[in-house]
Amino acid sequence: MIEKEVTIRNRAGLHTRPAAALVKLAAQFRSEFFIYKDGFEINGKSIIGVMTLAAEQGSTLQLKFEGEDEGQAMQTVVGLFERGFDEM
Amino acid sequence: METKKEIVLHGIPASPGIVIGKAYVFAKQAPRIEDKSISENEITNELARLQHSIDRSEKELQKVLQLTEQKVGSQKAKIFEAQIMILSDAVLFDSIRARIKKELKSAEYAVHREISKYQQMMMNSADEYMRERAHDVEDVKNRVIRNIQQEKLISRFEPNSIVISEILTPADTVLFSRNDVLAYATDFGGTTSHAALLSRSLNIPSVVGLKEVTKLVQAGDTIVVDGYAGNIIVHPSEETLARCNERKEEHLHFESALKEIRELTAQTLDGKIVQLSCNIEFSEEAENVHTKGSHGIGLYRTEGLFLRTENYPSEEEQYGEYRAIVEKSAPFKVVMRTLDIGGDKVVSNTSNEDNPFLGWRGIRVLLDRPEVFLTQLRAMLRASAHGEVWIMLPMISGLKEIRQTKELLEQAKTGLREQAVPFDENIKIGAMIEVPSAAVIAGDIAQEVDFLSIGTNDLIQYLLAVDRGNEVVSDLYQEFHPAVIATIRHIIIEGHRAGKPVSMCGEMAGDPVALLLLLGLGLDEFSMNPHILPEIKKIIRSVSYSEAEEIASRVLEMKTEDDVKDFLKVNLHTMVPDLLLE
Repeated sequence: MIEKEVTIRNRAGLHTRPAAALVKLAAQFRSEFFIYKDGFEINGKSIIGVMTLAAEQGSTLQLKFEGEDEGQAMQTVVGLFERGFDEM
Repeated sequence: METKKEIVLHGIPASPGIVIGKAYVFAKQAPRIEDKSISENEITNELARLQHSIDRSEKELQKVLQLTEQKVGSQKAKIFEAQIMILSDAVLFDSIRARIKKELKSAEYAVHREISKYQQMMMNSADEYMRERAHDVEDVKNRVIRNIQQEKLISRFEPNSIVISEILTPADTVLFSRNDVLAYATDFGGTTSHAALLSRSLNIPSVVGLKEVTKLVQAGDTIVVDGYAGNIIVHPSEETLARCNERKEEHLHFESALKEIRELTAQTLDGKIVQLSCNIEFSEEAENVHTKGSHGIGLYRTEGLFLRTENYPSEEEQYGEYRAIVEKSAPFKVVMRTLDIGGDKVVSNTSNEDNPFLGWRGIRVLLDRPEVFLTQLRAMLRASAHGEVWIMLPMISGLKEIRQTKELLEQAKTGLREQAVPFDENIKIGAMIEVPSAAVIAGDIAQEVDFLSIGTNDLIQYLLAVDRGNEVVSDLYQEFHPAVIATIRHIIIEGHRAGKPVSMCGEMAGDPVALLLLLGLGLDEFSMNPHILPEIKKIIRSVSYSEAEEIASRVLEMKTEDDVKDFLKVNLHTMVPDLLLE
């Protein structure tokens, strides 16, 4: 299991389109993927879950990956956060 | 009691009648959910109900998404995109399935519990955007639950209320009608949508294309549906109610007067006889030929049959449908238009084009697919053994298309003769004049065919270069543009010069305001939506042909659409004072 903290960088936050992109990307890996924010835990492969996070610009999230391809999964997903969901 | 402000919404009149009643909001009604447990052997069934509902909900949302993009704009459509994404959330639905299997709960209860959890988290958010998303989630939840409970839903409908919905499927339309629905009002749909056609034949007033009626009307609101004018009035005042009741009485009185002339000919005061016929799309509507007092069917759109089936219908299927229509319409003729797909009438297996109205549609598709065309021609020929059938070709732009079609028709006839299958050897074939090039050479076309039929909807759109479905320019779509009138006159003159009858099957043929002009220009046959036909007959029986000719020649001198319209309206009112114009 690996964990990583990320910050939301794009202006609009984790709204519908980035949420969809995130879920789609996460679904490509076998590892389980959870996101923690303000005491909530949601499944990162669930669009309704990610939408629920209401993560606005500047907020920080804890990502947790667990499974055989966890390293690669983390690298790819963190990359998407760092690029601001390609919205910057 | 608090008086709410009266709101008037404008839509498209789809089925006539005025009705006052309480609203039943079909799409937004929060379903009732009970904490219901199931037994182990019911699990498979509950899972199947859940899957069926997810599939159905997705289909509905895709349809609503597509319509919203077209009619309202892609910004508003985004809401539905998010809803569709939620429907494909495997994590979410896996937990719902787990609840059904492990907790032994009914599908609707499991959906309710699982989705409400997220909804609650969103509602607790301080962020306005997030609270709005919570409403989307609510909509999705209700839709899925509603579709699980589909069969139970109709039974909760309060009889004698007005159904408010985004869209109505033909199945919904029929189901509600069995439960004494008063009227329908929908966000989307046009006068030729299946639900609109059905509500007309079921005599249920309806208004479609209201865009946001489901958002503005709450369940239980008192509303007026005016299927003549195409309006709905929410929270009507006492005065409005009184005025509506008055109008209702007037219409009922007028309609009973129309029934009296049903069996009479469409003859002017000075003895000129014209033919009035019906536009239909389904065999169920063929009854109108007799109940509305028409002279047959001037346009049978065969697309309905093609859109109902996934693949092209077989020759036998087509023959069965065509024969039923011919037999129901006897002793009158049925003008069958060969398949007119493309443009706004898209069948799933046509390609994507940048400019479909100028693309692969109508006769162009048929000539590229001779096997499809031959099957349809054979089915029409076989139906002609049971009554009078005329074949009409859509989207003709020049002589070549007609000659190619005639070759195929000969081929079909030869095939039938060899198999000794009976058909009408002298079956008539005609061209729709709806492309400007065909209008210009109408005389040459008339030499090649047995009749001409003017399709005004497309003709006007092509002549004026206006897409009437495009709200930005739709006010430039003018039936009474002097160029349109000159073109119609030219087609009629050229048709008559070749000794061929000229009919019109576009919406203009059923417009009371256009009637005096078209009559005066010498049009032989008017084919229209059946519900307007009795009124048109009444006008014809109340006017004289010589006066109509005089009016037409005055109109030909006018320079603007407004002048023409005003002049025609004034004359119509003077000549037929008891007419109820919207």
